[in-house]
Amino acid sequence: MAEVSLTGVTKRFGGATALDDLSLTVGDGELVVLLGPTGAGKTTALRVVAGLERPEAGTVSIGGRPVTDVPPAGRDVAFVFQQFSLYPHLTVYDNLAFPLRSPMRREPEAAIRLRVERIAALLRIDHKLGNRATRLSGGEMQRVAIGRALVRRPAVYLMDEPLSALDAKLRSELRLELKRIKDEMGATILYVTHDQIEAMTLATRIGVLDRGRLVQVGTPREVYERPCSVHVAARLGTPAINLIPAGVLPAPAAPPGTHTIGARTEHLRLGAAGPNGRPALIHRVEHLGDQSHLHVEVGGHTLVVLADAHAPLKAGDRVVVELTDPVCFDADGVRIDVPPGPAAAAAAMMGSMRP
Amino acid sequence: MSAPASAPGTWGTRLAALAVILYAVVTIAPLLWIVQTGFKTPSDAIAYPPKVFAEPSLEGYVNLFTTRSRQTEEYIAGLPPPDSWVERLVRSRNMVIAGPSKVGERFVNSLIVGFGSTFLAVFLGTLAAYAFSRFRVPLKDDLMFFILSTRMMPPIAVAIPIYLMYRELGLTDTHLGMILLYTAVNVSLAVWLLKGFIDEIPREYEEAALIDGYSRLAAFRKVVLPQAATGIAATAIFCLIFAWNEYAFAVLLTSGEAQTMPPFIPFIIGEGGQDWPAVAAATTLFLIPIVVFTVLLRKHLLRGITFGAVRR
Repeated sequence: MAEVSLTGVTKRFGGATALDDLSLTVGDGELVVLLGPTGAGKTTALRVVAGLERPEAGTVSIGGRPVTDVPPAGRDVAFVFQQFSLYPHLTVYDNLAFPLRSPMRREPEAAIRLRVERIAALLRIDHKLGNRATRLSGGEMQRVAIGRALVRRPAVYLMDEPLSALDAKLRSELRLELKRIKDEMGATILYVTHDQIEAMTLATRIGVLDRGRLVQVGTPREVYERPCSVHVAARLGTPAINLIPAGVLPAPAAPPGTHTIGARTEHLRLGAAGPNGRPALIHRVEHLGDQSHLHVEVGGHTLVVLADAHAPLKAGDRVVVELTDPVCFDADGVRIDVPPGPAAAAAAMMGSMRP
Repeated sequence: MSAPASAPGTWGTRLAALAVILYAVVTIAPLLWIVQTGFKTPSDAIAYPPKVFAEPSLEGYVNLFTTRSRQTEEYIAGLPPPDSWVERLVRSRNMVIAGPSKVGERFVNSLIVGFGSTFLAVFLGTLAAYAFSRFRVPLKDDLMFFILSTRMMPPIAVAIPIYLMYRELGLTDTHLGMILLYTAVNVSLAVWLLKGFIDEIPREYEEAALIDGYSRLAAFRKVVLPQAATGIAATAIFCLIFAWNEYAFAVLLTSGEAQTMPPFIPFIIGEGGQDWPAVAAATTLFLIPIVVFTVLLRKHLLRGITFGAVRR
């Protein structure tokens, strides 16, 4: 396993810039998740590391070795594609053995058999080894695709939404499986996903991309709790963070210059009428089982509030909503730090604005 | 079509089956007639009203494979007794065998030219189609249109320039000349058909192979070719049928050494009366390679024709 670093990588497709001066280092044994909307450049970043795309500017190095001009075969990476990565004309066994039989490796068949069987058992597809790759369910196909990457011990694994095509149950199973594999093998992984739970549970660090630019890198907790901008805040969280203009709800801690307040569902509380509360009208109640989401209207804005599953609330009820832990953004959508206490307020006003 | 019409056992299905059977009869009847004529005697072949059931005879095949000369009965009576049934059959018509005919050579010529040009057209077509499908080729659309445009005019329209060119280059009546000509005509069809097939193969397959340590060529061989096999087979059949049946250029450019079957068959008629059984025998033989080739590849052919039209 090795460290991967991209330095100043720019990639254009015709007139469109897919990656704009991207610099990112994935440490040895780290799992970095790339998050971002469709077209943000996540997949392009993986393809640049794999050598499937040549960047117009910047360098890529794997394990300290510059590989910008090295073809994919020489980079020692493994790639799990979102789909289409199984060879339909081969059996599951041959699919798994394919990377080991490449001219770069040419391992003896006995060693290949051992390795393939071990990985197949790990992914619980060992009973399907003789099947044609096309005679598998979606979940099995994806496990074979992941297995094709795992049979090797590459410098880095690149995974492009490997679990997105699966149903919820299988996805959570494989998510745990990946976590275990990562911890056991100490693999370096660059991982693209849309799924918040995958990002939060698997990532050592999360990198958020927007229009080819890396806008924030940090631990899942940092990115979730201290998003650097409105854009990042909106990327993570289900349901999406409530973004409301300052002043709709009282926020005594909000620093001056606050233009927009971000409040996650769990950061809004149903309280009693008081100086910090505002009356709200419940439009809709979503019962999720362990909790409920209330869609409420406050001052002309619709917010989603987390509530106890057993709270006797229904549409049309009037409640009082108050903020507990707001994230504040200025007029440009950049986060302004909320001072930890009144004493630090003055210091915060000096401008602890973070990029 | 409504759902009940396609359910088994309904009137719609029966009508459809009837239509298919009628069509099959219409297309197969002439073939059966030809095959049967090959086994008739010349007089039965031209009998009127036509004889549906005739005494089978191998005279057509004997005549096809031999050249004969007519002799007087006295001359034939003076010969030593015939040493084979072929000899006996020929003598019964007051003829003696002068030697073998050219049909064997012509048949071999057709095989060489037909399969040679098909192989070349499909080989070049596959490489070109792969490049057009996967790489950034400058002026790609214009080049593809140019390739197609070579088929917009009937090839025979340029017969005279090609004839003059071939004469200057010494390519007339050579296998090479005919192979090149049919390849040139077929390669445009091959490129277009195969590009469609290769476009359907997701490029992630090759990219996965590239990442797994295979070269571009190895990835092409191990991943693209097996998946394009269906398309390649279908394309090969189309190319072979064209090259096998081509008549006009074969008449114009071949007369001896490299003559193929299509221009040879009409010549049989002229040799000693209208020998329809021999013509029919030649036609029957001529059909066999295409039938065998198509049957061998039939499983690919069906999928090839419906490829892209059907969701996999």
